[in-house]
Amino acid sequence: MIRVLLPHHLQMLARCDREVLLNVPGKVTQRSILDALEAKFPMLRGTVREHVTLKRRPKVRFFADGEDVSHDSPDRPLPDSIATGEKPFMIVGAVAGG
Amino acid sequence: MAAIRVLVGTRKGAFILTSDKRRKQWSIDGPHFAGWEIYHVNGSPRDPNRLLASQTSSWFGQIIQRSDDGGKTWFQPGSDGKAEAAASQGMPQGESNLFVYDTSEETGKALTTHQWYDGTQHPWEFERVWHLEPSLDDTDTWYAGVEDAALFRTTDGGVTWHELAGLRGHESGAGWAPGAGGLCLHTIAIDPDNAQRIFCAISAAGAFRSDDGGATWKPINKGLHSEYIPDPTAEVGHCVHRIAIHPTTPNTLFMQKHWDVLRSDDGGDTWREISGNLPSDFGFPVAVHPHEPETIYVVPIESDSLHYPPEGKLRVYRSRTGGEEWEALTQGLPQEHCYVNVLRDAMAVDTADPCGVYFGTTGGQVYASNDDGDSWQAIVRDLPAVLSVEVQTIT
Repeated sequence: MIRVLLPHHLQMLARCDREVLLNVPGKVTQRSILDALEAKFPMLRGTVREHVTLKRRPKVRFFADGEDVSHDSPDRPLPDSIATGEKPFMIVGAVAGG
Repeated sequence: MAAIRVLVGTRKGAFILTSDKRRKQWSIDGPHFAGWEIYHVNGSPRDPNRLLASQTSSWFGQIIQRSDDGGKTWFQPGSDGKAEAAASQGMPQGESNLFVYDTSEETGKALTTHQWYDGTQHPWEFERVWHLEPSLDDTDTWYAGVEDAALFRTTDGGVTWHELAGLRGHESGAGWAPGAGGLCLHTIAIDPDNAQRIFCAISAAGAFRSDDGGATWKPINKGLHSEYIPDPTAEVGHCVHRIAIHPTTPNTLFMQKHWDVLRSDDGGDTWREISGNLPSDFGFPVAVHPHEPETIYVVPIESDSLHYPPEGKLRVYRSRTGGEEWEALTQGLPQEHCYVNVLRDAMAVDTADPCGVYFGTTGGQVYASNDDGDSWQAIVRDLPAVLSVEVQTIT
């Protein structure tokens, strides 16, 4: 199972804990994780990535095993530590404001 | 009359304020959707327990929330809030948050840009829902005014939304430009005598009317004069802040423009200024007394540069003559050191007698009057900045 950490506001929307477990078939990538996340929690569609274009929303960031992978291709395989469930894939609301 | 329910949208959540018919003691419930901007909460006149809320975030986008029990519980239309169950119900999933501009050949127009601040063309981009307006006779039909400016409609209780593309596709559409708050459709008013007649207003394009249920639209800005645009009497380009309509005289409209308060007595075909003796004719909301079609309320603001009340005195101004002659309503309102603003959707009236008038401020106060505006009390003082106020008179 893939472990995904959600920011507070998305936990409230999905009515779930901070960490959710996802069954992700095939290659583990940003796209496959988000597909599985939105299938399990349809109320999150449009909140992490745009509804139509499926582009990451500008103020949302992705971290995998300590690295910011927000600008990587959504189809690039994520590290083994994410694919094996050793480390969580983190979805983060970017820090902004003052 | 059994109760009054005030629906408040703020920068950090929604609040529901309730009172009995005396409107003196209030209970405060919230925040709902804590931490999210709630641009608008509104209720159906057919079923006051049916509420819709626009929940929005620069981080996580647009969410439509619905309640069928007067705000006690909420869910995204198409889901009962339980993700696993929603997935098994065969309902549209996550569609309630989907607002897609109609650019099809059949029903829309291939209009993909509008005018930007620097005069260049800019892609039309959905940002948020500013205003939710219920149908007067169908609990499942609602209209949504959005940024970038467009009008959407749902006929299934908010599960799916479809653009009424005739508005944005009006020949002037490519020339619409955003105001300081964005290119937003913020006012939707439905003629109670004729549901085919719909009015809307856009900052900074102006006012529009449809006579065929939203299929086609025409600008209704004749008589508006705006010094801040290249052609002060242009057909479009005016920064209309709010329009109010009285249910018994739907041909009469009142407008608070960027500057100027105006009225129309011919369904918006022509307008004339009624600012009269107001200390400033800049402001955002305008409201009409529920039983007196010629009694109207505005909240003057110093200027477009200084978004606070003149002289630091928070005053509602009331005209009982349909404009021109205004009186300051001050009892119970701060008359010194007050520098809050009252936004366009943050004023409403109930239908009791005497009527209640309500408004919220950017300082987090919600003020109420239970005597037509003669006196005021703060229902609550320290909410986040108030974006919208609606009121339901529940019998």
